[in-house]
Amino acid sequence: MGNKPTINQSWDTILVSKTPLLNFPVREVWRYRDLLMMFVKRDVVTLYKQTILGPVWFFIQPILTTIVYIVIFGGIAGISTDGVPRVLFYSAGIVLWNYFSEVFSTTSRTFKESAGLFGKVYFPRIIVPVSKVLSGLLKFFVQMLFFLCVFFFFSFKDSTITPNSYIWLVPLLVLLMAGLSLALGIIFTSLTSKYRDLTFLIQFGVQLLMYATPVIYPMSAIPEKYRIYIELNPITPIVEAFRHAFLGTGEWSWIGLGYSLIVSLVLGFIGVVLFNRVERTFMDTV
Amino acid sequence: MGKAIEVESVSKLYRLGTVGTGTLMHDLNRWWAGVRGLDDPYVKIASVNNRKENAKNGEVVWALQDINFSIDQGEVIGIVGKNGAGKSTLLKILSRITAPTLGEVRIRGRISSLLEVGTGFHPEMTGRENVYMNGTILGMRRVEIDRKFKEIVEFSGVAKYIDTPVKRYSSGMMVRLGFAVAAFLEPEILIVDEVLAVGDAEFQKKAMGKMQSVSEGSGRTVLFVSHNLAAIENLCPRSILMSNGRITRFGKTQEILEEYLNDSTSASTIGIADLEDRRGVGGLRFVEISFLDESGKSLKSFRSGMTAVIRLHYKANDPNTTFTNCRISIAIKKDLNPLIVFSSELAVKSNIKLKDQGHIDFTVFELPLSEGQYDLNLFIEGSGEIQDWLTLGRHLDVVNGDFYGTGVNYPIGWQGKTVLVRHKLEIS
Repeated sequence: MGNKPTINQSWDTILVSKTPLLNFPVREVWRYRDLLMMFVKRDVVTLYKQTILGPVWFFIQPILTTIVYIVIFGGIAGISTDGVPRVLFYSAGIVLWNYFSEVFSTTSRTFKESAGLFGKVYFPRIIVPVSKVLSGLLKFFVQMLFFLCVFFFFSFKDSTITPNSYIWLVPLLVLLMAGLSLALGIIFTSLTSKYRDLTFLIQFGVQLLMYATPVIYPMSAIPEKYRIYIELNPITPIVEAFRHAFLGTGEWSWIGLGYSLIVSLVLGFIGVVLFNRVERTFMDTV
Repeated sequence: MGKAIEVESVSKLYRLGTVGTGTLMHDLNRWWAGVRGLDDPYVKIASVNNRKENAKNGEVVWALQDINFSIDQGEVIGIVGKNGAGKSTLLKILSRITAPTLGEVRIRGRISSLLEVGTGFHPEMTGRENVYMNGTILGMRRVEIDRKFKEIVEFSGVAKYIDTPVKRYSSGMMVRLGFAVAAFLEPEILIVDEVLAVGDAEFQKKAMGKMQSVSEGSGRTVLFVSHNLAAIENLCPRSILMSNGRITRFGKTQEILEEYLNDSTSASTIGIADLEDRRGVGGLRFVEISFLDESGKSLKSFRSGMTAVIRLHYKANDPNTTFTNCRISIAIKKDLNPLIVFSSELAVKSNIKLKDQGHIDFTVFELPLSEGQYDLNLFIEGSGEIQDWLTLGRHLDVVNGDFYGTGVNYPIGWQGKTVLVRHKLEIS
């Protein structure tokens, strides 16, 4: 455009075919923070609408799961709990595991469930999975309350059960868990946006993964030859560290947690790239 | 005045057919071509968008091809075109729902798109909660909604039910609440797709009024897609005409609408000589019918309010015969209910003589039909006998023109069922 006068025009938005793939739109997400909070509110408010028990369901689910585990894995299978009361042992695992499975399974449905919305209006798409992490966190806090009740009941009864100073680091564990489940979730939602095959895997995959995580058994009960496989699971060190902070059993392994962090970062990296890739043209293939 | 939007060589490729196991094979081929630095092997066979042909599975089409235009700040632009012309795809690219395959779009200012009313409404949430939900989805800040909340509710007219879950709303209430939120958006650029086509008459009028005040004087840039040509004519000084994924013209709305209606690609003359289902002795028959405008240009469809000419070509079975005392009439019907009859005996005093062939023009000033497809009933009597009498189903196509100068021609649900009459309303 040789003879065209160069007008110094600054454009706010430029839309092209290829956008940088490694881009987490922090500024845009911040601009849409009210929407983020609305999504969280929607998830929480609508979940138990028109139910009688309402938020009590948040408690019932972990309580029933704990009872079932006590009967089956403790009573029938007789799996060790490292000398910790079974209620305490299982509920610790369940509460943390529930957070992972909740966030992972909801974020992995992002594209499928929000297709209608994505087809009608623009906002940074990453807001949807991020909102699931936050609404999952609220649910986690409620269930944590249940766990703390059980915990204080037992620590009052039995003076050997006392938390150690690692307990102050528990928020970091939750953060790590959030990152890991978000990363996995956006990878899977990206992969399933075109080919739905993986959704079948996700459904029972989460359940199978639980058995590869020390939720219903302590690491100490694992035979040496299987140990390595369980340790390869990046969720393992988080669950173990969580139990260690409260119950003193299990292991607080900095190496293990470092491994989890690195895996989360790598998965997060892959997730963002895939997510950005799919986001661009998702509406054409849905 | 600066530019608000610049679109440069934008194209959009769509893959047709369903996703199945075969698609994986295509994807692998495409990926392999990419690795070797070759072009996408499937793009080469892409055809222009043509809905008449059936798409083979995995085939690709250009939904948009080489789109170039720019819009000044504060302009109100209409986009017209038939279904499948690429209007919606263009809006989807501009509103960032999907990315262009090629080319670049540059936008200055905050952009809001309204491709649907009440996007993100959750049935379990109350009207109040949904106002916030919908507002934030459209890009409003929470404080902004707080500030406008009262006005929004007032505009929607559902104040009484604002704390009721919207699942108990009627569809009309839902639409009104949704539009009310959108009406208080204050983006620099607003993209609107066909949303005025919802709600009852009263609401449509309200929405039209709001659109008008948005587009006039606020300095806002508006892009407006609609099949309601009356609304386009009323709101947009300039328009874009699209067909088959390309921009065919960008100019004054009047000219654009004329060109849109006068689509040369389809036959505007219909041969009816071979129709079997007709009555009469058949000595004289209608052989062709065509639709013209004032200047004699042939049209595919008429627009409400225009001067419309219906030309009937006739031919006698036996040359060298003439017919005396002829009566010719055209009845316009909708679903077998006659609406209007144009008859020669009403317009001509003397007896009509017809030669062995020729044509008859019926000119209608200010065509009083609303949008729709109409049946035509043609009748000719000559020399004391009914010569030809037949009905053409859905041959007369009328699109909305701005008959009343208000952008609205009929209350909702009355499309094609009303005759438009110029009238006045005095309120005292």
